[in-house]
Amino acid sequence: MIEIKVQKELLSGTGSMTLDMDLQVETGSLIAVYGQSGAGKTSLLRILAGLMIADAGYIKVDDLVWFDSSSKVYLPAQKRRIGFVPQQYALFPNLTVKGNLEYALNKGQSTSKVDELLELMELANLQQQKPGSLSGGQQQRVALARAIIRQPSILLLDEPLSALDDEMRFSLQDYILKIHQEFNLTSFIVSHDLAEIYKMADKVLVIDNGTVTSFGAPEEVFANKQISGKYRFTGTVVNIVPSDEVYIISVLVDRNLIKVIATKDEASQLQKGNKVMVVSKAFNPLIIKLEA
Amino acid sequence: MEWGPIILTFKLALLTTVVLLLIAIPLTHWLAFTKSKIKPLVETVVSLPLVLPPTVLGFYLLLAFSGSTVVGSFLSNTLGLHLIFTFSGLVVASVLYSLPFMVHPIQSGLQNLPSEIREVSLTLGKSKFETLIRILLPSIKPSLLTGIVLTFAHTIGEFGVVLMIGGNIPGETRVASIAIYDEVEALNYGNANNYALILFALTFTILLAVYLINGKHLKGLVR
Repeated sequence: MIEIKVQKELLSGTGSMTLDMDLQVETGSLIAVYGQSGAGKTSLLRILAGLMIADAGYIKVDDLVWFDSSSKVYLPAQKRRIGFVPQQYALFPNLTVKGNLEYALNKGQSTSKVDELLELMELANLQQQKPGSLSGGQQQRVALARAIIRQPSILLLDEPLSALDDEMRFSLQDYILKIHQEFNLTSFIVSHDLAEIYKMADKVLVIDNGTVTSFGAPEEVFANKQISGKYRFTGTVVNIVPSDEVYIISVLVDRNLIKVIATKDEASQLQKGNKVMVVSKAFNPLIIKLEA
Repeated sequence: MEWGPIILTFKLALLTTVVLLLIAIPLTHWLAFTKSKIKPLVETVVSLPLVLPPTVLGFYLLLAFSGSTVVGSFLSNTLGLHLIFTFSGLVVASVLYSLPFMVHPIQSGLQNLPSEIREVSLTLGKSKFETLIRILLPSIKPSLLTGIVLTFAHTIGEFGVVLMIGGNIPGETRVASIAIYDEVEALNYGNANNYALILFALTFTILLAVYLINGKHLKGLVR
Protein backbone atom coordinates (compact mmCIF):
# COMPACT_ATOMS: atom_id res chain seq x y z
CA MET A 1 0.00 0.00 0.00
CA ILE A 2 1.26 3.44 -0.93
CA GLU A 3 -0.17 6.29 1.06
CA ILE A 4 0.20 9.76 -0.33
CA LYS A 5 -1.02 12.84 1.47
CA VAL A 6 0.83 15.94 0.40
CA GLN A 7 0.35 19.65 0.04
CA LYS A 8 2.55 21.89 -2.01
CA GLU A 9 2.28 25.49 -3.11
CA LEU A 10 3.11 25.65 -6.80
CA LEU A 11 3.85 28.61 -9.00
CA SER A 12 2.27 28.18 -12.38
CA GLY A 13 1.88 30.42 -15.39
CA THR A 14 -1.43 31.73 -14.17
CA GLY A 15 -0.38 32.42 -10.61
CA SER A 16 -0.06 30.17 -7.62
CA MET A 17 -1.89 26.90 -7.10
CA THR A 18 -2.04 24.45 -4.25
CA LEU A 19 -1.36 20.84 -4.99
CA ASP A 20 -3.42 18.90 -2.47
CA MET A 21 -3.31 15.12 -2.82
CA ASP A 22 -4.73 12.47 -0.58
CA LEU A 23 -4.83 8.97 -1.97
CA GLN A 24 -3.98 5.38 -1.30
CA VAL A 25 -2.67 3.16 -4.01
CA GLU A 26 -2.52 -0.61 -3.90
CA THR A 27 0.90 -2.10 -4.44
CA GLY A 28 1.23 -3.60 -7.89
CA SER A 29 -1.40 -1.46 -9.58
CA LEU A 30 -0.94 0.68 -12.64
CA ILE A 31 -2.28 4.18 -12.15
CA ALA A 32 -2.92 6.56 -15.02
CA VAL A 33 -2.61 10.22 -14.06
CA TYR A 34 -4.95 12.30 -16.16
CA GLY A 35 -5.65 16.02 -16.29
CA GLN A 36 -5.09 19.23 -18.18
CA SER A 37 -1.62 20.60 -18.54
CA GLY A 38 -0.67 22.61 -15.50
CA ALA A 39 -3.03 20.59 -13.28
CA GLY A 40 -0.13 19.27 -11.21
CA LYS A 41 0.49 15.84 -12.74
CA THR A 42 4.21 16.24 -13.23
CA SER A 43 4.57 17.87 -9.81
CA LEU A 44 2.94 14.83 -8.18
CA LEU A 45 5.46 12.57 -9.93
CA ARG A 46 8.35 14.79 -8.94
CA ILE A 47 7.23 14.83 -5.32
CA LEU A 48 7.04 11.02 -5.34
CA ALA A 49 10.49 10.84 -6.95
CA GLY A 50 12.04 13.13 -4.34
CA LEU A 51 12.92 15.77 -6.91
CA MET A 52 10.49 18.24 -5.33
CA ILE A 53 9.80 18.64 -1.63
CA ALA A 54 6.20 18.90 -0.49
CA ASP A 55 5.35 21.62 2.03
CA ALA A 56 3.40 19.29 4.27
CA GLY A 57 2.08 15.75 4.52
CA TYR A 58 3.55 12.29 4.20
CA ILE A 59 4.40 9.55 1.72
CA LYS A 60 4.48 5.98 2.94
CA VAL A 61 5.45 3.08 0.73
CA ASP A 62 4.73 -0.34 2.22
CA ASP A 63 5.07 1.11 5.74
CA LEU A 64 8.39 2.71 4.86
CA VAL A 65 8.22 6.46 5.38
CA TRP A 66 9.67 8.37 2.43
CA PHE A 67 8.49 11.73 3.56
CA ASP A 68 6.81 13.06 6.67
CA SER A 69 6.77 16.76 7.36
CA SER A 70 5.62 16.31 10.97
CA SER A 71 8.61 14.16 11.94
CA LYS A 72 10.95 15.85 9.45
CA VAL A 73 11.66 12.66 7.54
CA TYR A 74 12.83 13.21 4.00
CA LEU A 75 14.33 10.44 1.96
CA PRO A 76 16.31 11.99 -0.91
CA ALA A 77 15.76 10.80 -4.48
CA GLN A 78 18.91 8.68 -4.33
CA LYS A 79 17.54 6.57 -1.49
CA ARG A 80 14.05 6.00 -2.85
CA ARG A 81 13.37 2.87 -4.82
CA ILE A 82 12.01 4.59 -7.89
CA GLY A 83 12.39 4.40 -11.62
CA PHE A 84 11.81 7.78 -13.20
CA VAL A 85 11.29 8.37 -16.92
CA PRO A 86 10.83 12.06 -17.74
CA GLN A 87 9.00 13.28 -20.80
CA GLN A 88 12.13 13.81 -22.85
CA TYR A 89 13.72 10.47 -21.89
CA ALA A 90 16.90 12.24 -20.72
CA LEU A 91 19.34 9.61 -21.85
CA PHE A 92 22.94 10.37 -20.99
CA PRO A 93 24.32 11.63 -24.32
CA ASN A 94 27.92 10.74 -23.56
CA LEU A 95 27.24 7.06 -22.91
CA THR A 96 26.21 4.21 -25.20
CA VAL A 97 22.90 2.38 -24.75
CA LYS A 98 24.68 -0.24 -22.69
CA GLY A 99 26.61 2.48 -20.85
CA ASN A 100 23.34 4.18 -19.91
CA LEU A 101 22.10 0.96 -18.34
CA GLU A 102 25.41 0.14 -16.66
CA TYR A 103 25.53 3.59 -15.11
CA ALA A 104 22.28 2.81 -13.30
CA LEU A 105 23.68 -0.29 -11.57
CA ASN A 106 24.06 -0.11 -7.82
CA LYS A 107 27.55 -0.62 -6.42
CA GLY A 108 28.28 -4.33 -6.52
CA GLN A 109 25.14 -5.20 -8.47
CA SER A 110 25.70 -7.90 -11.06
CA THR A 111 25.90 -6.72 -14.66
CA SER A 112 23.68 -9.61 -15.72
CA LYS A 113 20.74 -7.29 -15.01
CA VAL A 114 21.91 -5.07 -17.89
CA ASP A 115 21.97 -7.98 -20.32
CA GLU A 116 18.60 -9.20 -19.09
CA LEU A 117 16.99 -5.83 -19.78
CA LEU A 118 18.76 -5.35 -23.12
CA GLU A 119 17.23 -8.68 -24.08
CA LEU A 120 13.78 -7.98 -22.66
CA MET A 121 13.49 -4.56 -24.31
CA GLU A 122 14.99 -5.87 -27.54
CA LEU A 123 17.90 -3.47 -27.43
CA ALA A 124 20.76 -5.95 -27.70
CA ASN A 125 21.67 -5.02 -31.26
CA LEU A 126 21.69 -1.30 -30.39
CA GLN A 127 23.77 -1.57 -27.24
CA GLN A 128 26.92 0.07 -28.63
CA GLN A 129 25.08 3.05 -30.13
CA LYS A 130 24.89 6.52 -28.65
CA PRO A 131 21.39 7.88 -27.82
CA GLY A 132 21.65 10.57 -30.50
CA SER A 133 21.41 7.98 -33.26
CA LEU A 134 18.28 6.24 -31.92
CA SER A 135 14.64 6.78 -32.90
CA GLY A 136 12.14 8.11 -30.35
CA GLY A 137 10.75 4.67 -29.61
CA GLN A 138 14.19 3.17 -29.18
CA GLN A 139 15.22 5.98 -26.84
CA GLN A 140 12.07 5.43 -24.82
CA ARG A 141 12.87 1.72 -24.46
CA VAL A 142 16.37 2.59 -23.24
CA ALA A 143 14.93 5.05 -20.74
CA LEU A 144 12.49 2.41 -19.49
CA ALA A 145 15.17 -0.24 -19.20
CA ARG A 146 17.46 2.17 -17.37
CA ALA A 147 14.72 3.01 -14.89
CA ILE A 148 14.25 -0.67 -14.07
CA ILE A 149 17.89 -1.69 -13.51
CA ARG A 150 17.87 -0.95 -9.79
CA GLN A 151 14.66 -2.89 -9.34
CA PRO A 152 12.53 -0.05 -8.07
CA SER A 153 9.24 -0.55 -6.31
CA ILE A 154 7.60 2.42 -8.03
CA LEU A 155 7.86 3.35 -11.70
CA LEU A 156 7.07 6.94 -12.63
CA LEU A 157 6.44 7.72 -16.30
CA ASP A 158 5.75 11.30 -17.35
CA GLU A 159 3.82 11.20 -20.63
CA PRO A 160 6.10 8.49 -21.87
CA LEU A 161 4.42 8.01 -25.23
CA SER A 162 3.19 11.45 -26.21
CA ALA A 163 5.99 12.11 -28.69
CA LEU A 164 5.61 8.83 -30.56
CA ASP A 165 3.52 7.85 -33.55
CA ASP A 166 0.62 5.43 -33.07
CA GLU A 167 2.38 2.26 -34.09
CA MET A 168 5.25 2.98 -31.75
CA ARG A 169 2.80 3.87 -28.97
CA PHE A 170 1.01 0.55 -29.17
CA SER A 171 4.17 -1.47 -29.08
CA LEU A 172 5.58 0.59 -26.20
CA GLN A 173 2.38 0.23 -24.23
CA ASP A 174 3.02 -3.49 -24.40
CA TYR A 175 6.61 -3.04 -23.26
CA ILE A 176 5.44 -0.98 -20.31
CA LEU A 177 2.80 -3.54 -19.35
CA LYS A 178 5.41 -6.27 -19.66
CA ILE A 179 7.88 -4.68 -17.27
CA HIS A 180 5.10 -3.55 -14.96
CA GLN A 181 4.06 -7.17 -14.49
CA GLU A 182 7.44 -8.82 -14.75
CA PHE A 183 9.05 -6.67 -12.07
CA ASN A 184 6.02 -6.38 -9.85
CA LEU A 185 5.95 -2.61 -9.97
CA THR A 186 3.51 -0.01 -8.85
CA SER A 187 3.40 2.36 -11.80
CA PHE A 188 2.20 5.90 -12.29
CA ILE A 189 1.76 6.96 -15.91
CA VAL A 190 0.83 10.47 -16.93
CA SER A 191 -1.33 10.14 -20.03
CA HIS A 192 -3.77 12.20 -22.08
CA ASP A 193 -4.85 9.33 -24.23
CA LEU A 194 -8.10 7.67 -23.18
CA ALA A 195 -7.48 4.60 -25.30
CA GLU A 196 -4.13 4.20 -23.64
CA ILE A 197 -5.65 4.58 -20.19
CA TYR A 198 -8.36 2.02 -20.92
CA LYS A 199 -5.82 -0.42 -22.24
CA MET A 200 -3.23 -0.10 -19.50
CA ALA A 201 -4.50 1.34 -16.27
CA ASP A 202 -6.12 -0.41 -13.32
CA LYS A 203 -7.16 2.96 -12.00
CA VAL A 204 -7.16 6.49 -13.26
CA LEU A 205 -6.38 9.49 -11.11
CA VAL A 206 -7.99 12.64 -12.45
CA ILE A 207 -6.34 15.84 -11.28
CA ASP A 208 -7.74 19.28 -11.81
CA ASN A 209 -6.17 22.45 -10.52
CA GLY A 210 -4.04 20.58 -8.01
CA THR A 211 -6.73 18.40 -6.47
CA VAL A 212 -8.03 14.91 -7.12
CA THR A 213 -11.44 15.10 -8.78
CA SER A 214 -11.89 11.37 -9.19
CA PHE A 215 -9.97 8.18 -8.64
CA GLY A 216 -11.20 4.78 -9.79
CA ALA A 217 -11.41 2.32 -12.62
CA PRO A 218 -11.32 4.06 -16.03
CA GLU A 219 -14.84 2.93 -16.94
CA GLU A 220 -16.26 4.32 -13.71
CA VAL A 221 -14.39 7.57 -13.99
CA PHE A 222 -14.93 8.43 -17.62
CA ALA A 223 -18.50 7.29 -18.15
CA ASN A 224 -21.09 8.51 -15.69
CA LYS A 225 -22.94 5.26 -15.62
CA GLN A 226 -22.09 1.66 -16.20
CA ILE A 227 -22.69 0.77 -19.79
CA SER A 228 -23.51 -2.64 -21.07
CA GLY A 229 -22.73 -3.18 -24.68
CA LYS A 230 -20.85 -5.63 -26.70
CA TYR A 231 -18.39 -3.27 -28.38
CA ARG A 232 -16.88 -0.19 -26.90
CA PHE A 233 -14.36 2.19 -28.39
CA THR A 234 -13.05 5.54 -27.35
CA GLY A 235 -12.14 8.09 -29.94
CA THR A 236 -12.14 11.70 -31.00
CA VAL A 237 -14.86 13.54 -32.88
CA VAL A 238 -13.33 14.81 -36.10
CA ASN A 239 -16.43 15.95 -37.99
CA ILE A 240 -20.16 16.60 -37.50
CA VAL A 241 -22.31 16.81 -40.63
CA PRO A 242 -26.09 17.37 -40.66
CA SER A 243 -27.98 15.04 -42.96
CA ASP A 244 -31.76 15.48 -43.17
CA GLU A 245 -33.14 14.99 -39.67
CA VAL A 246 -30.01 13.37 -38.22
CA TYR A 247 -26.34 14.12 -37.89
CA ILE A 248 -23.42 12.05 -39.09
CA ILE A 249 -20.59 12.12 -36.62
CA SER A 250 -17.13 11.01 -37.73
CA VAL A 251 -15.12 9.54 -34.89
CA LEU A 252 -11.45 8.66 -35.09
CA VAL A 253 -10.83 5.46 -33.13
CA ASP A 254 -7.15 4.63 -33.17
CA ARG A 255 -6.63 5.09 -36.89
CA ASN A 256 -10.06 4.08 -38.08
CA LEU A 257 -12.68 6.62 -38.98
CA ILE A 258 -16.10 5.48 -37.80
CA LYS A 259 -19.32 7.19 -38.90
CA VAL A 260 -22.06 7.27 -36.32
CA ILE A 261 -25.58 8.59 -36.69
CA ALA A 262 -26.76 10.87 -33.93
CA THR A 263 -29.95 12.78 -33.22
CA LYS A 264 -30.01 16.52 -33.15
CA ASP A 265 -30.01 16.52 -29.34
CA GLU A 266 -27.04 14.20 -29.14
CA ALA A 267 -25.15 16.11 -31.78
CA SER A 268 -25.73 19.43 -30.05
CA GLN A 269 -23.66 18.20 -27.09
CA LEU A 270 -20.70 17.36 -29.27
CA GLN A 271 -17.98 19.40 -30.83
CA LYS A 272 -15.00 18.57 -32.97
CA GLY A 273 -12.18 17.36 -30.77
CA ASN A 274 -14.44 15.93 -28.02
CA LYS A 275 -13.37 12.61 -26.60
CA VAL A 276 -16.25 10.17 -26.97
CA MET A 277 -17.06 6.54 -26.41
CA VAL A 278 -18.77 4.63 -29.21
CA VAL A 279 -20.84 1.74 -27.96
CA SER A 280 -22.44 -0.77 -30.25
CA LYS A 281 -25.65 -2.14 -28.79
CA ALA A 282 -27.48 -4.55 -31.02
CA PHE A 283 -27.44 -2.88 -34.42
CA ASN A 284 -27.89 0.70 -33.34
CA PRO A 285 -24.73 2.33 -32.16
CA LEU A 286 -25.21 4.79 -29.30
CA ILE A 287 -22.92 7.68 -28.81
CA ILE A 288 -22.16 8.98 -25.36
CA LYS A 289 -19.98 11.93 -24.60
CA LEU A 290 -17.23 11.25 -22.11
CA GLU A 291 -16.71 13.50 -19.17
CA ALA A 292 -13.41 13.67 -17.42
CA MET B 1 65.40 38.65 -29.06
CA GLU B 2 65.27 36.34 -26.05
CA TRP B 3 62.97 33.34 -25.69
CA GLY B 4 62.57 33.93 -21.93
CA PRO B 5 59.48 36.16 -22.13
CA ILE B 6 57.76 33.79 -24.58
CA ILE B 7 58.39 30.77 -22.37
CA LEU B 8 57.29 32.71 -19.29
CA THR B 9 54.10 33.73 -21.07
CA PHE B 10 53.19 30.15 -21.85
CA LYS B 11 54.11 28.97 -18.36
CA LEU B 12 51.79 31.62 -16.94
CA ALA B 13 48.99 30.77 -19.35
CA LEU B 14 49.26 27.06 -18.67
CA LEU B 15 49.28 27.43 -14.88
CA THR B 16 46.44 29.94 -14.96
CA THR B 17 44.36 27.61 -17.11
CA VAL B 18 44.90 24.59 -14.86
CA VAL B 19 44.14 26.52 -11.68
CA LEU B 20 41.08 28.17 -13.23
CA LEU B 21 39.69 24.88 -14.49
CA LEU B 22 39.87 23.46 -10.97
CA ILE B 23 38.14 26.54 -9.55
CA ALA B 24 35.61 26.94 -12.35
CA ILE B 25 34.15 23.42 -12.30
CA PRO B 26 32.71 23.58 -8.77
CA LEU B 27 31.87 27.26 -9.20
CA THR B 28 29.96 26.77 -12.45
CA HIS B 29 28.19 23.71 -11.07
CA TRP B 30 26.95 25.87 -8.22
CA LEU B 31 26.05 28.78 -10.51
CA ALA B 32 24.24 26.60 -13.02
CA PHE B 33 21.92 24.91 -10.52
CA THR B 34 21.63 27.13 -7.48
CA LYS B 35 18.48 28.99 -6.54
CA SER B 36 20.39 31.12 -4.05
CA LYS B 37 19.64 34.80 -3.88
CA ILE B 38 23.31 35.75 -4.01
CA LYS B 39 23.76 34.16 -7.45
CA PRO B 40 23.43 37.50 -9.33
CA LEU B 41 26.06 38.99 -7.05
CA VAL B 42 28.50 36.17 -7.69
CA GLU B 43 27.82 36.35 -11.43
CA THR B 44 28.53 40.07 -11.38
CA VAL B 45 31.84 39.59 -9.62
CA VAL B 46 32.82 36.84 -12.07
CA SER B 47 32.00 39.05 -15.05
CA LEU B 48 33.65 42.24 -13.75
CA PRO B 49 37.01 41.60 -15.47
CA LEU B 50 35.18 41.73 -18.82
CA VAL B 51 34.34 45.40 -18.39
CA LEU B 52 36.78 46.83 -15.86
CA PRO B 53 40.00 48.28 -17.21
CA PRO B 54 42.76 45.82 -16.29
CA THR B 55 44.52 48.65 -14.51
CA VAL B 56 41.64 48.92 -12.02
CA LEU B 57 41.87 45.25 -11.12
CA GLY B 58 45.66 45.53 -11.05
CA PHE B 59 45.56 48.59 -8.83
CA TYR B 60 43.33 46.98 -6.21
CA LEU B 61 45.28 43.75 -6.30
CA LEU B 62 48.43 45.77 -5.81
CA LEU B 63 46.89 47.38 -2.74
CA ALA B 64 45.56 44.06 -1.46
CA PHE B 65 48.86 42.24 -1.88
CA SER B 66 51.03 44.98 -0.39
CA GLY B 67 52.25 44.51 3.16
CA SER B 68 50.49 47.63 4.34
CA THR B 69 46.99 46.11 4.19
CA VAL B 70 45.43 43.44 6.39
CA VAL B 71 45.09 41.02 3.49
CA GLY B 72 48.58 41.65 2.25
CA SER B 73 50.27 41.29 5.61
CA PHE B 74 48.28 38.10 6.28
CA LEU B 75 49.41 36.68 2.94
CA SER B 76 53.05 37.52 3.39
CA ASN B 77 53.49 37.10 7.16
CA THR B 78 51.22 34.14 7.87
CA LEU B 79 51.17 32.25 4.59
CA GLY B 80 54.58 33.36 3.37
CA LEU B 81 53.10 34.39 0.02
CA HIS B 82 54.79 37.35 -1.62
CA LEU B 83 52.56 38.30 -4.50
CA ILE B 84 53.88 41.64 -5.63
CA PHE B 85 56.40 41.59 -8.45
CA THR B 86 56.54 37.80 -8.32
CA PHE B 87 55.43 35.06 -10.68
CA SER B 88 52.95 33.62 -8.15
CA GLY B 89 51.38 37.06 -7.91
CA LEU B 90 50.93 37.02 -11.68
CA VAL B 91 49.20 33.65 -11.51
CA VAL B 92 46.75 34.86 -8.86
CA ALA B 93 46.00 38.03 -10.81
CA SER B 94 45.59 36.15 -14.09
CA VAL B 95 43.21 33.68 -12.51
CA LEU B 96 40.98 36.54 -11.38
CA TYR B 97 41.34 38.38 -14.65
CA SER B 98 40.47 35.37 -16.83
CA LEU B 99 37.71 34.06 -14.57
CA PRO B 100 34.79 34.93 -16.91
CA PHE B 101 36.50 33.35 -19.90
CA MET B 102 36.54 29.99 -18.15
CA VAL B 103 33.28 30.28 -16.21
CA HIS B 104 30.93 31.53 -18.92
CA PRO B 105 31.34 28.73 -21.49
CA ILE B 106 31.20 25.97 -18.86
CA GLN B 107 28.23 27.52 -17.09
CA SER B 108 26.22 27.88 -20.29
CA GLY B 109 27.20 24.35 -21.31
CA LEU B 110 25.82 23.01 -18.04
CA GLN B 111 22.68 25.12 -18.21
CA ASN B 112 21.94 24.04 -21.76
CA LEU B 113 21.85 20.39 -20.80
CA PRO B 114 18.27 19.26 -20.14
CA SER B 115 17.72 19.39 -16.36
CA GLU B 116 16.10 15.95 -16.50
CA ILE B 117 19.49 14.40 -17.21
CA ARG B 118 20.69 15.48 -13.80
CA GLU B 119 17.47 14.48 -12.11
CA VAL B 120 17.41 11.02 -13.63
CA SER B 121 20.95 10.46 -12.43
CA LEU B 122 19.85 11.35 -8.88
CA THR B 123 16.92 8.93 -9.08
CA LEU B 124 19.42 6.27 -10.12
CA GLY B 125 21.06 6.67 -6.72
CA LYS B 126 24.04 8.71 -7.87
CA SER B 127 25.43 11.65 -5.92
CA LYS B 128 25.63 15.14 -7.38
CA PHE B 129 29.40 14.81 -7.57
CA GLU B 130 29.27 11.51 -9.42
CA THR B 131 26.66 12.96 -11.78
CA LEU B 132 28.93 15.91 -12.50
CA ILE B 133 32.02 13.83 -13.16
CA ARG B 134 30.50 10.92 -15.07
CA ILE B 135 27.62 12.57 -16.95
CA LEU B 136 27.58 16.36 -17.01
CA LEU B 137 31.22 17.18 -17.74
CA PRO B 138 31.66 14.50 -20.42
CA SER B 139 28.49 15.83 -22.08
CA ILE B 140 29.84 19.36 -22.42
CA LYS B 141 33.31 18.67 -23.84
CA PRO B 142 33.02 21.46 -26.46
CA SER B 143 32.25 23.99 -23.71
CA LEU B 144 35.17 22.77 -21.61
CA LEU B 145 37.49 23.04 -24.59
CA THR B 146 36.23 26.55 -25.35
CA GLY B 147 36.76 27.63 -21.73
CA ILE B 148 40.27 26.18 -21.59
CA VAL B 149 41.39 27.73 -24.84
CA LEU B 150 39.83 31.14 -24.28
CA THR B 151 41.48 31.30 -20.87
CA PHE B 152 44.82 30.24 -22.26
CA ALA B 153 44.66 32.71 -25.15
CA HIS B 154 43.36 35.52 -22.99
CA THR B 155 46.16 35.05 -20.46
CA ILE B 156 48.70 35.22 -23.27
CA GLY B 157 47.21 38.57 -24.27
CA GLU B 158 47.25 40.01 -20.77
CA PHE B 159 49.04 43.30 -20.30
CA GLY B 160 47.58 45.83 -17.88
CA VAL B 161 47.17 43.58 -14.87
CA VAL B 162 50.61 42.08 -15.37
CA LEU B 163 52.21 45.47 -15.59
CA MET B 164 50.53 46.68 -12.38
CA ILE B 165 51.22 43.57 -10.32
CA GLY B 166 54.35 42.11 -11.82
CA GLY B 167 56.26 44.97 -13.32
CA ASN B 168 59.00 44.06 -15.74
CA ILE B 169 61.44 41.70 -14.06
CA PRO B 170 63.26 39.44 -16.56
CA GLY B 171 62.71 35.76 -15.87
CA GLU B 172 60.12 36.49 -13.18
CA THR B 173 57.37 38.73 -14.49
CA ARG B 174 58.55 39.89 -17.89
CA VAL B 175 56.04 38.18 -20.17
CA ALA B 176 55.96 38.65 -23.93
CA SER B 177 53.35 41.42 -23.99
CA ILE B 178 55.46 43.46 -21.57
CA ALA B 179 58.61 42.71 -23.55
CA ILE B 180 56.96 44.10 -26.69
CA TYR B 181 56.06 47.31 -24.89
CA ASP B 182 59.59 47.53 -23.53
CA GLU B 183 61.21 47.04 -26.91
CA VAL B 184 58.96 49.61 -28.55
CA GLU B 185 59.80 52.12 -25.87
CA ALA B 186 63.47 51.49 -26.59
CA LEU B 187 62.69 51.90 -30.31
CA ASN B 188 63.78 48.30 -31.05
CA TYR B 189 60.98 47.72 -33.54
CA GLY B 190 62.63 44.63 -34.97
CA ASN B 191 62.65 42.83 -31.62
CA ALA B 192 59.14 43.99 -30.85
CA ASN B 193 57.99 42.60 -34.17
CA ASN B 194 59.59 39.23 -33.43
CA TYR B 195 57.68 38.86 -30.16
CA ALA B 196 54.49 40.19 -31.69
CA LEU B 197 54.66 37.88 -34.68
CA ILE B 198 55.23 34.81 -32.53
CA LEU B 199 52.27 35.69 -30.27
CA PHE B 200 50.09 36.40 -33.26
CA ALA B 201 50.94 33.14 -35.03
CA LEU B 202 50.54 30.98 -31.93
CA THR B 203 47.23 32.40 -30.76
CA PHE B 204 45.85 32.30 -34.30
CA THR B 205 46.79 28.64 -34.59
CA ILE B 206 45.30 27.76 -31.21
CA LEU B 207 41.98 29.45 -31.91
CA LEU B 208 41.75 27.98 -35.40
CA ALA B 209 42.38 24.52 -33.98
CA VAL B 210 39.56 24.99 -31.47
CA TYR B 211 37.04 26.02 -34.07
CA LEU B 212 38.03 23.11 -36.27
CA ILE B 213 37.79 20.60 -33.43
CA ASN B 214 34.55 22.00 -32.00
CA GLY B 215 32.99 22.02 -35.44
CA LYS B 216 33.74 18.35 -35.83
CA HIS B 217 32.66 17.59 -32.31
CA LEU B 218 29.29 19.19 -32.87
CA LYS B 219 28.82 17.23 -36.07
CA GLY B 220 29.64 14.09 -34.11
CA LEU B 221 26.90 14.88 -31.62
CA VAL B 222 24.28 15.41 -34.26
CA ARG B 223 25.12 12.32 -36.27
